[in-house]
Amino acid sequence: MQRIRLIYSKGDELKFTGNLDMMKVWERTFRRAGLRIVYSQGFHPQPKIHQALPLPLGFTSEHDMLDFWLDSEENLAQIQSKLEKALQPGITVQEYQIVPPEIKPLQTLVLSAMYLIQIDPANDPPDLASRIEALLDQSECLRERRGKPYDLRPLIESLEINCEDPTKMSMTLAARPSATGRPEEVLDELEISLQDVEIKRTRIILSE
Amino acid sequence: MNSNQQIKKKLNSILPFVQKPGRYVGGEYNRVKKDWDSVRSHVALVFPDIYDLGLPNLGVMILYEEINKRPDALCERAYLPWLDMEKAMRENEIPLYSLESKTPLSQFDLIGFTLPYETLYTNVLNALDLAGIPLHASERVENHPIIIAGGHAAYNPEPMASFIDAFVIGEGEEVIHEIIDLLQRAKEHGTTRAETLQSLQALPGLYVPSLYNPSYHPDGTFESLTPLTKEFPTSVSKRFCGTLPPPPTRFLVPSIDVVHNRIAMEIMRGCTRGCRFCHAGMVNRPVREQPVATIISAIEEALANTGYEEIALLSLSSSDYTQIGSLVDEITRRFKDRNLTISLPSLRIESFSVELMEKLKGVRQGGFTLAPEAASDRMRNRINKPIQAEQLLATAREIYLRGWNTLKLYFMIGQPGETMEDVQAIADLSKAVIVEGRKTIGKRANLHVGVSTFVPKPHTPFQWASLDPLAVVLEKQNLLKDQLRGPGLKMTWSNPRETILEAALSRGDRNLSKVIETAWRNGAKFDAWQDQFNFNIWMDAFEAHHLSPDFYASRPRSMEEAFPWDHIHTGVARKFLQREYLRSLEGTLTDDCRDGCHACGILTEFSDLRRANPSELWLCPEVN
Ligand code: SF4
Repeated sequence: MQRIRLIYSKGDELKFTGNLDMMKVWERTFRRAGLRIVYSQGFHPQPKIHQALPLPLGFTSEHDMLDFWLDSEENLAQIQSKLEKALQPGITVQEYQIVPPEIKPLQTLVLSAMYLIQIDPANDPPDLASRIEALLDQSECLRERRGKPYDLRPLIESLEINCEDPTKMSMTLAARPSATGRPEEVLDELEISLQDVEIKRTRIILSE
Repeated sequence: MNSNQQIKKKLNSILPFVQKPGRYVGGEYNRVKKDWDSVRSHVALVFPDIYDLGLPNLGVMILYEEINKRPDALCERAYLPWLDMEKAMRENEIPLYSLESKTPLSQFDLIGFTLPYETLYTNVLNALDLAGIPLHASERVENHPIIIAGGHAAYNPEPMASFIDAFVIGEGEEVIHEIIDLLQRAKEHGTTRAETLQSLQALPGLYVPSLYNPSYHPDGTFESLTPLTKEFPTSVSKRFCGTLPPPPTRFLVPSIDVVHNRIAMEIMRGCTRGCRFCHAGMVNRPVREQPVATIISAIEEALANTGYEEIALLSLSSSDYTQIGSLVDEITRRFKDRNLTISLPSLRIESFSVELMEKLKGVRQGGFTLAPEAASDRMRNRINKPIQAEQLLATAREIYLRGWNTLKLYFMIGQPGETMEDVQAIADLSKAVIVEGRKTIGKRANLHVGVSTFVPKPHTPFQWASLDPLAVVLEKQNLLKDQLRGPGLKMTWSNPRETILEAALSRGDRNLSKVIETAWRNGAKFDAWQDQFNFNIWMDAFEAHHLSPDFYASRPRSMEEAFPWDHIHTGVARKFLQREYLRSLEGTLTDDCRDGCHACGILTEFSDLRRANPSELWLCPEVN
């Protein structure tokens, strides 16, 4: 049994495929690739596939990750050649890694995530820079999500406008299991409508 | 003008705000994307309901694969947007587009609608309207796509005659190529639309309604259908494949959950049982089987092509597949260690079925479904579906005993000649089954009773029969609702008003085109959805044209009455249907025609095809 990590991008075709559906997409991808995934025991065997961090509906990603457990000894080149032709449209795998099976579950290794926001040039607020500055200057930013109050500010690790293209903004948000910042929340705080943006996750940062 | 790029851009801004946006983007595994300019023919297939229901449709799947095999044609797909998306599309002026290339439907050469049932008709109008294509065939001009429609409801094409350029009667695998070839020649020669339609009529299996005029008696009943000129045939015989083509194996694998996420493997077409109410059983004759080896290798290929974890072995009557035992054995042997769910619906009520299902039972298991349809011997003889009550009880016991906790039984009320005693028999039998279940496995035993209402269908022995009046249906349903409750028992039933609409449309004539249009203009769509169906809109639409649904649904018909669908030949002759209707009134059973041909008409109408396909896989006797 080996544990394999995939680093992949999730493009436009899969923008509206939620996390649960993505699990099915991956399960079927591995099945048609002819890769024998390990299944859990029991009444409803589940494939052992772990995603690093759920991607909200409507986002694309350049850098997502998952670990899967393989019930065979194929090497990475063999795995790659089988998997490449079976990928769902929208997925491109950038990297294949063998990881030690005993390390902690992938989702617990995630520290933070980076996002790139493309703002519709027609609705780009002229005072965006000062809005960002004001937000970063605050020592706390109390908000409520699904009825639960929380402080958004400490979850923002970085937030800036692209110096070459002011309609682009990047942010790094904490993404630990107990403390996950959401780009929609930051945008809302900046009074930017979700209708005017495209959001891409550009990186997931792991501990180690 | 909306280019593909503009559509994509607009979609980007509206999709995040509609329900389940994954319905509107395509991107399935196995979808085929060809360069638009690299092919001569552009075909769009439309399933006129939402993606979730339409994507798994086997008919669409078959034709999609069939057309895309051609290097000179591309085939893309479209489904109906749900209400919120329709609103957003109209507000943003997004026309109905194909999922693969986001091309407006109006730019295709050919649009094919599949019409499995009548309650999709208003959705067809909505699709045409959203595509910016004139609703009426008569209003379309040279550069509009040719609109064709096929599927089970097309066996009575008349109600939709105003909107469809040409109907395809029967199986589409062969004729679709002939249509595409013909349209390519027409394009090459600059043939006019009118001439093209005339040459389409010359293709066997095609019916171009605008080339025919119906006439009616003073009482409104149908008199006859006259071709505009003598060169057009007076009848249209359905098309079917003398030998089944190999099953499709490149099933679309969507990126969101749809109603069936599985490989649909057709093991047999047609049915010899001769249940008198059954439309599918009559129009899909003759029986043709797929060889075991073909099925096994197609499953193997489809698994590799899709990665699906579920397979459904489809036919109208699985137990009748000649090699069912060895098919199931072979499937179990080959696929048992692959975490697959394999379903085998439409099984006969006998313990052998339980054995079959037990072999297929993988790690995951669903319920067990049986369809006795009637519960009294009298009704069973009338509908020609004989089953002994003892045998049903024994089978049910077996099912519970072997590990299924839930049994589903389907019954149909309202069949011709049914009395309240016959309905009571359904309640009694169901109660006996649940008692049996509780005796066998105690409180875990569940019984779902699905009660549908009989709708008289064209081309069946019951095409002369009347739909039960609303009050009677309600009375019968109430009797069952009162009695079929209690621990472990659950009953579902169909909306009787929807049944009236279905019955009126299925035996309708061309006048109903106006009714369908008015209903659609007044907001009718998604009529097959309980929560969307609006009976009043339909009643008003009938009234607006001085027509009544009762005239079509429940008026008694004489044996001599001419029907608007008589010119469509399924191969099962009207004479045979009539004989069967009379036998039903007498309560006489007719045996399965595998045990002896009853000369239903198939071998007369299609003797040449039979001669050309002498195979044993076609289950009728050979002809000389
Ligand atoms: S021709 Fe004979 S055997 Fe064939 S379907 Fe008709 S009745 Fe059955």
